[in-house]
Amino acid sequence: MPEKPKVAFYWCASCGGCEESVVDLAEDILMVVENVEIVFWPVAMDFKKKDVEAMPDGSIAACFLNGAIRTEEQEEMAHLLRRKSKVLIAYGACAHLGGIPALANQFSRERVMEWAYDKCPTVTNAKGTRPQVEFKDGARTATLPAFRNVVRALDQVVDVDYYIPGCAPTPKLLKDAVVALLSGKLPPKGTTLAPDIALCDECPRKSSKPTDVGFAEFRRPHMAEIDPNLCMLAQGFVCMGPATRGGCGALCLNGNMPCTGCFGPTSRVRDQGAKILSSICSSIAPKDEAGIDGVLEGIPDPVGTFYRYGLARCLLRRRVDIKDGAEVAAK
Amino acid sequence: MPETFEPRIVAFFCNWCTYTAADLAGVSRMRHAPNARIIRLMCSGRVDPQFILEAFARGADGVLIGGCHPNDCHYIEGNYKCLRRFRLLRRMLDDMGVEEKRCRLEWISASEGDKVKRVINEMVEQLKALGPLDLPGRFRDWDKEVAELEHAASAASAPCDCHAHKEEAAHA
Ligand code: SF4
Ligand code: SF4
Ligand code: FES
Repeated sequence: MPEKPKVAFYWCASCGGCEESVVDLAEDILMVVENVEIVFWPVAMDFKKKDVEAMPDGSIAACFLNGAIRTEEQEEMAHLLRRKSKVLIAYGACAHLGGIPALANQFSRERVMEWAYDKCPTVTNAKGTRPQVEFKDGARTATLPAFRNVVRALDQVVDVDYYIPGCAPTPKLLKDAVVALLSGKLPPKGTTLAPDIALCDECPRKSSKPTDVGFAEFRRPHMAEIDPNLCMLAQGFVCMGPATRGGCGALCLNGNMPCTGCFGPTSRVRDQGAKILSSICSSIAPKDEAGIDGVLEGIPDPVGTFYRYGLARCLLRRRVDIKDGAEVAAK
Repeated sequence: MPETFEPRIVAFFCNWCTYTAADLAGVSRMRHAPNARIIRLMCSGRVDPQFILEAFARGADGVLIGGCHPNDCHYIEGNYKCLRRFRLLRRMLDDMGVEEKRCRLEWISASEGDKVKRVINEMVEQLKALGPLDLPGRFRDWDKEVAELEHAASAASAPCDCHAHKEEAAHA
């Protein structure tokens, strides 16, 4: 019997949702298990890093890696799995675009630490303990991986072959990818394994999408009742649909929430946030500065809104004026 | 900041007004700072915010957008679209730490060659005071923290036929 192709799953800076999406394959997971040999999957099976190190280079047919890259250990694992795998797949929004963790690229490393270990209202840390890369207690030494200044998408650290988008990817996309792998019918390297067309195309509300909205205000989902049938833009809600890749089946719209952009841009868009900003702003009604600014007050946090999943992949990558290494003044 | 810092400005000018004004400034032999690289577009409404981010990412210290005055756009609405995008982009750039003076929108009609001169000169002075933005340099600095490991990883690996190494070999 020919050997089954070897597959690995790994997670970096992620929430666990992507791992969940593998389990969400439900019965289809049997198809996967039948046809491939899972050689590494820390969340579900007992393998160690040294097991991976012992494998010949290139011996894993495909590695699905989820999560952004923030720590030295994650970098190390990304390099290791890159070396051991023929095909490396960035799985989910964080590996693809930086994801939610990349929103931290608005702040310095020090600000993040300060908040997590001190300023956050639910934290009690009277001694001001902070994680150290090395800690000596008598004869014993404990170590932690270094925490980098910048959150990165996977392809900003290692070479990536394919991308599976989504927060989290839908089981269908994973299944399609596995089928493509098994049949050897893979698209050109660098492809995002989802339709290359904007989400609006598969949105059930498409027919009510106005050609020119003429926004007089923006409303946020918690502030108003949402009509379950009408295009979100027609109701004044920011919807990332026009600048986001389809393939999810318009999940959020079916749940009566606007799209927040987790599938990232189509191949023709260089910067998802700038693109949606452009598209939405052009159809604001007023023509004078004060009127325009008044309408735009309804978008209080453009970075968090337009780059919710993609700040690492914004052309600017992170807040550009951060001075790394400088302690922030207590405030 | 080096004494000799000469800011680089990418200027997106609309064909019908501001570009014509820049032309007029030229034929009238007005002298203005040579720091602006002018890119002619048909209308300020064609200035995609992606162009602006890309200009910064590729090393511009400032971006100047020039279009027809309100009511004068050759395509009726283009300059309003531009203004609306600019208002939010300006706020977003602020949140991303790009100083206000680095991105500027001006309405300059075909006859206002002198305004082209004044605006460019002014912007050059302001950018000199701010110093270089140098995003390509900042990107390199940020990535120093990962470069070391990358180097170690490629040294540790024996030749193999994975993509990364084929690429590496192809570039070697
Ligand atoms: S803008 Fe949003 S709600 Fe409207 S059609 Fe597109 S995805 Fe659907
Ligand atoms: S509707 Fe948008 S946010 Fe929701 S799953 Fe689809 S791409 Fe992601
Ligand atoms: S043609 Fe000049 S701004 Fe539209």
